[in-house]
Amino acid sequence: MIVAESLEQTYLSGGRPLTVLRDITLAIAPQEFVAITGPSGSGKTTLLGLLAGLDRPTKGVVRLDGEDLGPLSEDACARLRAEKVGFVFQTFQLLPTLTALENVLVPLELLGRKRDGARELLERVGLGDRTHHYPAQLSGGEQQRVALARAFANGPKILFADEPTGSLDADTGRTIIDLLVEMNRRAGTTLVLVTHDPALAGLAGRVIRLAGGRLV
Amino acid sequence: MRFVLTMALRESRRSRRRLALYLSAVSLGVAALVAINSFSANVTAAVHGQARALLGADLELRSRQPFPDSIEAVLDSVSAARVTSFGSMVLAPRSGLTRLFEVRAVSGGFPYYGTIRTDPPNLWSELQSGRQVLVDPAVLVHIDAAVGDTVLIGDSRFTIAGVVTDAPGDVGLRTAIGPRVFLPAQYLGETNLLRFGSRAQYRAYVQFADGAALQPFLNSHNALFQRHRIRTETAAEEEEDTSQALGRLARYLGLVGLVALLLGGLGVGSAVGVFVREKLDGAALLRCLGASARTVLAIYVIQAVALGVLGAAAGVVLGLAVQMILPAIVGDFVPVKVSVAVHWPTVWAGLAIGAGTAAAFALLPLLRLKDVPPLRALRRETDGRTAGRPDGQILVIGVLLAGLVLVSIWQAPNVGIGFAFAGAVLLTTGVLWTAARLLMAAVRRWFPSRASYVIRQGVANLFRPENQTVPVTLAIGFGVFLVATLYVVQRNLVEQFSLDASPNRPNLVLFDIQVDQRDGVGEILRRRGAAGGGATPIVPARIARVNGEPAESLRNRWAVRREYRNTYRDTLADSEELVAGTWWNSSSGSLLPAPGSLPKISIEEEVAEELGAGVGDRITWNVQGVEIETQIASIRRVSWARFAPNFFVVFEPGVLERAPQTIVTLTRVDDATRRAELQRDIVLAYPNVSALDLTLVQRALDGLLSSVSLAVRFMALFSIGAGLVIMIGALAASRFQRLRESVLLKTMGATGRQVRQIMLTEYLAWGSLAALIGVLLAGVAGWALVTFLFDSTYRVPALELGGVWIAVCALTAIVGLANSREALRGTPLGVMRSLSD
Repeated sequence: MIVAESLEQTYLSGGRPLTVLRDITLAIAPQEFVAITGPSGSGKTTLLGLLAGLDRPTKGVVRLDGEDLGPLSEDACARLRAEKVGFVFQTFQLLPTLTALENVLVPLELLGRKRDGARELLERVGLGDRTHHYPAQLSGGEQQRVALARAFANGPKILFADEPTGSLDADTGRTIIDLLVEMNRRAGTTLVLVTHDPALAGLAGRVIRLAGGRLV
Repeated sequence: MRFVLTMALRESRRSRRRLALYLSAVSLGVAALVAINSFSANVTAAVHGQARALLGADLELRSRQPFPDSIEAVLDSVSAARVTSFGSMVLAPRSGLTRLFEVRAVSGGFPYYGTIRTDPPNLWSELQSGRQVLVDPAVLVHIDAAVGDTVLIGDSRFTIAGVVTDAPGDVGLRTAIGPRVFLPAQYLGETNLLRFGSRAQYRAYVQFADGAALQPFLNSHNALFQRHRIRTETAAEEEEDTSQALGRLARYLGLVGLVALLLGGLGVGSAVGVFVREKLDGAALLRCLGASARTVLAIYVIQAVALGVLGAAAGVVLGLAVQMILPAIVGDFVPVKVSVAVHWPTVWAGLAIGAGTAAAFALLPLLRLKDVPPLRALRRETDGRTAGRPDGQILVIGVLLAGLVLVSIWQAPNVGIGFAFAGAVLLTTGVLWTAARLLMAAVRRWFPSRASYVIRQGVANLFRPENQTVPVTLAIGFGVFLVATLYVVQRNLVEQFSLDASPNRPNLVLFDIQVDQRDGVGEILRRRGAAGGGATPIVPARIARVNGEPAESLRNRWAVRREYRNTYRDTLADSEELVAGTWWNSSSGSLLPAPGSLPKISIEEEVAEELGAGVGDRITWNVQGVEIETQIASIRRVSWARFAPNFFVVFEPGVLERAPQTIVTLTRVDDATRRAELQRDIVLAYPNVSALDLTLVQRALDGLLSSVSLAVRFMALFSIGAGLVIMIGALAASRFQRLRESVLLKTMGATGRQVRQIMLTEYLAWGSLAALIGVLLAGVAGWALVTFLFDSTYRVPALELGGVWIAVCALTAIVGLANSREALRGTPLGVMRSLSD
């Protein structure tokens, strides 16, 4: 489902080049649950961005569901993401001007698809009675649950989660992870989870470790 | 103290550019004020320097009658120059065109001060030497003549010797609307134009070799002048009148500029509010580290004041530059040559007011920093409203209001207007703010939930947390409101005189027709197929007595002193309605007054009020030497805006038929060429008859109104400018938020086009909200002004207002998109990276 070949990523930081990722090659099969771990600053989030097509590597190739992302335009990448990818972020990233239900609907609306299933998704995460509330009126845990519902709204093939429990306390975090794993199993998506927490990583089928920008 | 200054400098590093943008909103207002006030000061100085040339003499005597012998004797003793002005038709035989102009018969010597420039040069001093005239350039244009051609004025022919290019005291606007023809006084009698009923202005100009002799001269002849209703004016008085008039004009224009400044202040307040929210954490941290509340406040206030001074300084420079173009905008109203110079008191005032405004408006939100609890550094949840209002807020609001009133009074022509202006600004701001809130609530309520996603998202973004939709809408809306109101009033006033619209209204007025010419004129009209209006008689008269009291004892009222032009009719005109008394009862069969009773008259209500007279009172008229006592039978309300011969006093039939009178006839000729030919025929046959082509009047009026409103609209543009600056500032304030949102959307699969559409929708919504408010309120304000101030009927220029609405929408969309370019480019992560750099 996801293939990376000899990925390298270098940025200019403060005027000097900074190589964040070196020679990354990996493959993730469909419906696999993979965790990417490593200490802070090891390049996990950068790798996630490259695999999801949110950024372009300085060197190397990324293939998503068989498609080479390199020659695709920004808009084409966006379309690909809209159809096949779901995201969960550390900081929830809900649109503040929309209600919970409207937030869940955004991926569908972007595709111009019919708005089916959003309400059920919210019920699945336990927020069926809060559909008309704005993010400001929801707690951190509740916002992340809305984000979860949103991630599955467009029926994605791949789900990327970047430290989904990073901003939550232990109990809430556990609830979220349980929900995530459960919904993932049900939907049969490929799940790529980035985390620095070894316990979370342990839930995955396979762990990819990064240190200093390289695979270890 | 040193710590405060150092921290102020460091703290401002990151946001300096943004804050500078906000304060440029103040700059525009300061620029407007400095420009107009500086210009006004320069004009006053110029008027003072050229005062004597404005009048052309040390003393001017004016009368509506030829000077009686006693006055002539006085004038002979001081050798005065004479100028007699009156309206007359001037015909150019070569082109066949004729038109009504102001003719000035000038005797030698005038002007004693200042030079009248001509083309070819130096002709003025030779005017008296032959049968020739000098004309204003517009004259040549109107009757299609050239220098060297012959013209017919009354019964005489003259050669056009040249053109007057510049005369001291000339106001450009005036000579364009009422161009003049100057002929030597010695030929005035020949023209045979000054007949019974002609309206002429007789002027005599005196120069005193010894300036000190002026006042004694006036003192010794004052009683004589008064008795013969002769008005006098000295150069000093002329200077004062002119300065005052121009000064007042400038002050009004300045008030418009003041609005721009106030809007700028609003912008500063709202933007600093956003700034404060970002700095709350930093302020809490400083408090944790041991700074006192006062110190924390001081750090930020200093930044605000410093940037306020900078903004005001930029405004001053801009204003001085704008001053250079002001002569082009208002030059037509100014009778002197103005040299542009820096007027330092205005500069200092602009600086002080600008900085003060910025500081005052910034202080209000900054007060919150004073009360930040140090605990906030540990736990974010203690943000949101601090308990109650920060103390000192009432004080600052009070200072703001007091400042508004003071500045308004400083700028306005007098204290009353200043208060009225301040009140009007507060009222308008309140109404606009309410309208903005209402509209926003309405949008929320009737949300376009069936529209496509991008539109819904765009509209929803108006309500994003910490949005500045209301301040931006208010600011832009205010500017639009000002400009649109002016436009609405102007259009309505012009339409009042739009005669071509109605096919049955007259478009040509013939007056000064002598009684024995009436039939002849009627014959010419018939021959030319002109739709004939009736012949309205005009009988000049003066009031000799009111209820037996001689007019002299009631001297101070203009209603008693003026010359009346009365008429007689048996019916009420369309433009009149009775408000008291009864019309003469023609049902009695006879149209003659009942024997034994006094002849009846009907008076217009405002004149009745002036005279203090009502139904039943008696007025004795002096009609060319014959006294006629009359009784007021009724009082009428006249609709003066209606185009018809309207009269203050109407006599019943059977009284004035044999009194000396002239005739006025209204007629209509649709085709412009035939109208010109008709006028030519009449002037050739009866040179003393004057014709007024109303389409030309309408055009002149339109031109005049355009000039006036151009000046005001120019100043109002500063307001719109301030509004746009505020909008840019608001965009900048939410920049980070917008970028994050657009990145998020792109991450979830939005194409660049979709993101752009969402933004476009948001900006268009912004702009259309602001424009809608401005235009709606302008419609209402225009209605109020036209109906109550100008006493006219109101029509909404819907098409033009719609145009304004579209223009503002487009403008906001362009400005908005221009400021959001970075959100649309590059990869999502790439954008995020560039932000954190």
